[in-house]
Amino acid sequence: MTVNEQPQAPLLEARGLTKSFVATQALSDVDFTLYGGEVHALLGENGAGKSTLIKVLTGVYRRDAGTILLDGVEIEPGNPRHAQELGISAVYQEINLIPTLSVAENIFLGRQPTRFGLLDQRAANRQARELLKAFHIDIDVTRELSSYSVAIQQIVAIVRGVDLSAKVLILDEPTSSLDRHEVEILFSVIRSLKKRGIGIILITHFLDQVYEISDRITVLRNGQKVGEHRTAELPRLRLISEMLGRELTDELSSQDKSRARTESEYEDFLEVRGFAHHGKIEPFDLELRKHEIVGLAGLLGSGRTEIAHLLFGIQRHDKGHAFINGRRINLSSPQKAIRQGFGLCPEDRKAEGIIDALSVRENIILALQAKLGWFDYLSLKRQRELAQEMIDALRIVTPDAETPVSQLSGGNQQKVILARWLVSNPELLILDEPTRGIDVGAHAEIISIVKRLAKEGKAMLVISSELAEIVDYSDRVVVLRDHKKVTELEGDQISENMIVQAIAER
Amino acid sequence: MKSRFFPLLMTFVVFILLYLFAYSQYSSFGSMRVVCNLLRNYAYLGIPAVGVTFVILSGGIDLSPGSVIAFTGVFCALMIERQGMHPLVAFAAILAIATVFGSMIGVLIYYFKIPSFIATLSGMFLARGGAYVLTTDSISIRHPFYVDISNIVYVFPDGGRFTFAAGAFVVVVLIGIFLAHYTHFGRNVYAIGGNETGAAMLGVPVARTIIGIYALSSFLSAFAGIILSLSKRSGDSTIALGAEMDVIAAVVIGGTLLTGGVGYVVGTFIGVLLPGVIHTYLTLDGSLTPWWIKIIVGALFLGFILMQKLLSSRADFARPLRSLRRAEEQQQPV
Repeated sequence: MTVNEQPQAPLLEARGLTKSFVATQALSDVDFTLYGGEVHALLGENGAGKSTLIKVLTGVYRRDAGTILLDGVEIEPGNPRHAQELGISAVYQEINLIPTLSVAENIFLGRQPTRFGLLDQRAANRQARELLKAFHIDIDVTRELSSYSVAIQQIVAIVRGVDLSAKVLILDEPTSSLDRHEVEILFSVIRSLKKRGIGIILITHFLDQVYEISDRITVLRNGQKVGEHRTAELPRLRLISEMLGRELTDELSSQDKSRARTESEYEDFLEVRGFAHHGKIEPFDLELRKHEIVGLAGLLGSGRTEIAHLLFGIQRHDKGHAFINGRRINLSSPQKAIRQGFGLCPEDRKAEGIIDALSVRENIILALQAKLGWFDYLSLKRQRELAQEMIDALRIVTPDAETPVSQLSGGNQQKVILARWLVSNPELLILDEPTRGIDVGAHAEIISIVKRLAKEGKAMLVISSELAEIVDYSDRVVVLRDHKKVTELEGDQISENMIVQAIAER
Repeated sequence: MKSRFFPLLMTFVVFILLYLFAYSQYSSFGSMRVVCNLLRNYAYLGIPAVGVTFVILSGGIDLSPGSVIAFTGVFCALMIERQGMHPLVAFAAILAIATVFGSMIGVLIYYFKIPSFIATLSGMFLARGGAYVLTTDSISIRHPFYVDISNIVYVFPDGGRFTFAAGAFVVVVLIGIFLAHYTHFGRNVYAIGGNETGAAMLGVPVARTIIGIYALSSFLSAFAGIILSLSKRSGDSTIALGAEMDVIAAVVIGGTLLTGGVGYVVGTFIGVLLPGVIHTYLTLDGSLTPWWIKIIVGALFLGFILMQKLLSSRADFARPLRSLRRAEEQQQPV
């Protein structure tokens, strides 16, 4: 596309956008420029500020500082509807349409054509058909939306947005649940929108698609803009380095990892062959051994959490087998995984991990009680002993075992979740982002606990976005890209550079 | 076949089969007499059922109709007999009161995020309690206007009497159908029931619509109370006990999904008449007490709920199956 070769006035220009929440600076002084007729990819890892930026542009959040210009005129979007009226529409991954209404009704809801003051369904159907035909989509618009694929639903949402006279269209992870053919359909729609001069902001974690469709890229990290590039001029390796915040150095293995343990110390535990879940993670093999820490590295959305969920039975694998000591085992539900001696500390502590209102003791006892079944009662005395043991062992900072866990700091909550699994003495512990959102001191402690647990003979699988951390504790690193396991690094191969390169390779 | 029509179709099929069976046993089912009686006798359930259809379409529930019907009857009787009010004035007053009452329930549900089950349960207690406080006696209404209204009747050649109540029922159903499909309000109700957050993001005025739905439901309940008081010519605080359950059953049997978003007013019309056909049949047959109707309606209700469950879960099952198949297809060339 040569749309941007000649200097042209920007369609949307944001300058110095700043937004902070109670504890975190979500955006600091971010500039963003979008031209008409371009696809502009907005990239960054978790917490980079992508969604905050989108929400500021669409009026979900009020910015603390900065200006937004649309066609050179300063705008003040107050809510998504207002932003839509100004010409900025967003289509989110979880499509916000009405599944039970027809396609035509979804496109025209709230502004249906009327005749003599009554809704004119026939006119709505005709207009909807024409709108979709412009994108070469020929479907029965009177059928309910839910009878169509996600791709068609996305396109219906886009058509609605564009028909509301959108100048700027924001697509938030539009392709994450589409297959290749559906992505093609969506991309052809995006291309014809470009021709109409609409500016498109694309958020996606599929780098291949970024290079396929986007004209320019803006990279955010920790609420700051770290780069703005023409896609054609930005090597993949550089893009990933920017996203992960890693300066590339020439030497490949900069850190000398003096690993005390040797191969012989490891003891086979779990072997997984060809595990997969369609659309989430492609078939992979994985061996986990006692005394060994395996790091799981990859960009956001590369399939790290999906692997954890498959192993723990939260998400059922639709292919592949798992073995312990050569014996095939069933991992189709968390209960079964727990019975095999697995434990999982989830990524989202607040939503999936701790139970706020319960005390530290009750939270710690939870997994053990589940393992024992509800009839094998643990005496209160025994519960207290166990809780105290854990509070001492992990140095959980809490007034006492009966304090509600909601009153603890993030790091200590994380320790409580760890403790919960430790009391049930698991053989394999899966930790999904164990250090996210906790302070520096607790960070180091969690890492030393992870190392200690491996030394004590547990098999560990740790997911982290922080490469330095993964390199520090991993005996082996599994690298993922686009829902696929791409390589395994061992021993001296383990370095931040090697991981970044593995992610960038194609 | 559009799947959202399927529950409605089932209702029609069951109704027609049942009616044909009844007709094969008793030829009087072919007469306008039976039809007119059905419409007249079930008007007091059918009218609020139209309102409750909108409530359930929006994803809510309304437990107050029976109590509102009773309160309306008592209120009218007292105003007309004790206060000397003209019936039309009393009717206007109670319709206004009920509309405000329903709006307040809607406010509780939308602004205070109180589940509709709880909000309308309190409405049910309030209205029933209000009726008892007004009077525990049954008060006869002897106003000449009541006689005039009961004289409004169209007599079919075979003696079927199409009364004012029957006419009101049919008109309310027609207005309900019109409201559901030809007005913004109606489509907004379906949208909210389909996906409330989505509807809000698409610019549906959710607050106004939700309050309107409960106001409409209460308004129609009060209207049914008036119709019932016209035919009973009295006000009784114990009348229509549990009528809300019959109303909800009628709406569900009529093919409206309890999850909201899918359903038709015409289905509710059939859903109201279905128990009536069974009742009439059992009365003519005489070998079973009419109480069997509760058991039969219960079984029908259960059957329809199970069918809804199956329909919605089949849609959920189909998706992973489709994607599995697709995955297999993709694998083959490799």
